[in-house]
Amino acid sequence: MSALCDIDGASAPQAVAMQTAGLGKAYGPITVLSDVALDIVAGEVHAIIGENGAGKSTLMKLLSGHVQPTTGRIFIDGKPVEFADAVQAEAAGIVLVHQEILLAPDLTVAQNLYLGRELTRGWMVDDRAMNRRTAELLVQVGSVVHPEDRVGDLPLAQRQLVQIARALLNEHKVVILDEPTAVLANDEVEALLEIVRNLCNHGVAVLYISHRLEEVEALADRITVLRDGRMIGTWPAAGLTQRQMAELMVGRELDMLYPPKREADHGQTLLEVVDLEVENGSWSASFSVRAGEVLGIGGMIGAGRTELIEGLMGLRASSAASVTVNGQKITERSVRTLMGAGLVYLTEDRKGKGLLLEEELAPNLALQAMDTISPGVVLNRRGEIAALKQAVSDYDIRVRSLTLEAGQLSGGNQQKLLLAKVMMTDPSIVIIDEPTRGIDIGNKSQIYDFIDKMVRAGKACIVISSEMQELVGLADRVLVMRNGRIVAELNGDDIKEKTVIYAATSGRKMTTGEEGHDHSDRNDGDR
Amino acid sequence: MTTATATMATAEERSRIRWADFAPFIALGVIVLLGALINSNFTSSANLMNVITRSAFIAIIAVGATFVISSGGLDLSVGSMMAFVTGIMIMTMNGLAPTYGSWAIVMGGGVALVVGALCGLFNGLIITVGRIEPFIVTLGTMGIFRAFITFMTDGGSLPIDRSLREAYRPVYFGNFLGIPYPVLITLVVVLLGAFILYRTKYGRRLVSSGSNSEVARFSGVNVGGVRTIAYVIQGMCVAVAAICYVPRLGAATPTTGQLWELQVITAVVIGGTLLRGGKGRIWGSVAGALILEVIANVMVLSDMVSEYLVAAVQGAIIIIAMLAHRFTRNR
Repeated sequence: MSALCDIDGASAPQAVAMQTAGLGKAYGPITVLSDVALDIVAGEVHAIIGENGAGKSTLMKLLSGHVQPTTGRIFIDGKPVEFADAVQAEAAGIVLVHQEILLAPDLTVAQNLYLGRELTRGWMVDDRAMNRRTAELLVQVGSVVHPEDRVGDLPLAQRQLVQIARALLNEHKVVILDEPTAVLANDEVEALLEIVRNLCNHGVAVLYISHRLEEVEALADRITVLRDGRMIGTWPAAGLTQRQMAELMVGRELDMLYPPKREADHGQTLLEVVDLEVENGSWSASFSVRAGEVLGIGGMIGAGRTELIEGLMGLRASSAASVTVNGQKITERSVRTLMGAGLVYLTEDRKGKGLLLEEELAPNLALQAMDTISPGVVLNRRGEIAALKQAVSDYDIRVRSLTLEAGQLSGGNQQKLLLAKVMMTDPSIVIIDEPTRGIDIGNKSQIYDFIDKMVRAGKACIVISSEMQELVGLADRVLVMRNGRIVAELNGDDIKEKTVIYAATSGRKMTTGEEGHDHSDRNDGDR
Repeated sequence: MTTATATMATAEERSRIRWADFAPFIALGVIVLLGALINSNFTSSANLMNVITRSAFIAIIAVGATFVISSGGLDLSVGSMMAFVTGIMIMTMNGLAPTYGSWAIVMGGGVALVVGALCGLFNGLIITVGRIEPFIVTLGTMGIFRAFITFMTDGGSLPIDRSLREAYRPVYFGNFLGIPYPVLITLVVVLLGAFILYRTKYGRRLVSSGSNSEVARFSGVNVGGVRTIAYVIQGMCVAVAAICYVPRLGAATPTTGQLWELQVITAVVIGGTLLRGGKGRIWGSVAGALILEVIANVMVLSDMVSEYLVAAVQGAIIIIAMLAHRFTRNR
């Protein structure tokens, strides 16, 4: 499956492109990374894996000159180098493609690519040449956009490709990709992996950071594992299974990632939606969920899943024949009225729509359930602190101090805080959009347990997820969406990664005949 | 390990934020000290009371502006609105004076509050329902209100009826236990404002809307409603300022309240409120208003710089304050 760029093949002996010895970084008395001895060979894909906080980002920033090391050295082609900033690192042939999209939304694709290094003809910028060269690069990365498209108009995945194209503008020895697939849908991921393979065939070394172990398995030649700021070791990818990788990352045997499935013994219908139409989102969707049930909603990014739910919550222009929550007909849909009836929605965008990053934890926690905590006009601050203490222990939110700002928490802890926030309203139906996006495996498993616990307590849960494994592991029933329509409903043993992907891409349910010999899909590794 | 880093950073961050919160008060102290060194008359209680009383108008309006700005909005129309409200109030009082005598003052004040609230509501609704930038909307209403007062005064002066002068005079010139009424009124407005902003659910929702309106919306906060109310509060603050202002000069003119919007925004911003919303500092805004007035006073007393340059110094202060803010944040 792995070793697509054959490092010990018959081709010429491969040079070590980049090497580090004893590399480390400390902020004051606190060491965040120590003693990293890495060697990166030209033409290989070298994956760096580790939990959040293991030091991956710090390592990437050290290698790309964004941060300067406090100990150790970096060697390029055997010569020691020091980078004062990212510009020097880029001049030396090392470029980092950030996980976050760092593009100017109002400029065109070509203008972004050449930002700060515009081609000129005399005194004037040479737009024609830049557009021509950009078009070539876009083809190379498999992007369908036009050089003169405005970046702000592009979908996230295309912006990510533009960002990668930008890194390819100059010749580089080492390209560092930090979670490049975090915002991509499955087919786009495939295209990206192809680009990476192409790059290393041209002798470029690729450092690849990803949470998605299946990608690492499919792509990497060698794998370096970081844990708690230390380098655990480097292994050839061919010798490691995904499970072994995960265990090296957490440093212990993995418990079962997903809670055991519940009996298919559901209670009464808690939410019934008939003919919901959302502007630019969905075409007449009807669905329902019952007490004690986890309903999964699958599909590719852009299939309209988030739009459907935001429409249901009255956050987008929409209309519906009827929406019934807890037996109560809802005539005017808004976050507030639905919350009152017992339905809440936890957004996929926890930084943009979920939490006030600059506010402290207590106001964040209390924002949605404010009327419960403070029944009068005046804020009940003592009640808010008590609620925060309760939430911190109930949801295992790891904080040193209760007066932190939400933005200072790790992704996993932010997600738990957000979950605690919507649960404060004591809902009976909880819709969670991408419950574990960008969080590490330990927190993931906890979130799954919370979902399991709430459903066992008689609540209903709708989980939207782009991770097929997650749907397979959690859901009792899965709706698959494509182009704004619900195209398939899968039950019980029919829920497999394969069937979900099939419906999401083809727009129809896989029949028994098409399924063929299938025995590997039900995600046994993690169960 | 990462948690440890985060906590360390927080401790630092926290002490820095505290400093930033105190900065306007420290600056005020420094300027007062300088004033005392430059001219001994500055510290006479008569002069100090005078300065504080004169800063009352800007301080009161700045309380409202703190609401608007921390909700993520902006109101450029406050100076013109103040003149317009003053005009309406004087006309009401003059009209009612023959029938109701001194009660006309109270009724005029009531009308002023209603008109101020309606002006604010007008701004707020166009901004939230019409979804237009607050800068543009209030730039427009600034022109409208200014034209109205010019029209009402016929380009000249609209004085208050002689029969009311004597009864109305104490509202600006009188005092209670030695404290001038405008200062007391300011204190009430500030305490009320601080209570609403920091202690009520409305205040929390307002700051949330300014901090990130999407988060607020997704959490069930009626962002448009919350913001509209902020403009209404602003309008009422303007009306209160107008009520205190009229007895001072006894008339409304086309230049009443001219450029006050700049002073108000300056006071709010040097007081530590973030112009992009999400953080409101009521007491800071008051300190800001005092800083502006004290500087003007010191310049008048000092003879070193012409008082014609007061506005230039005030303008420089907002820039220096922002640079200081940027400097302390990036260090």
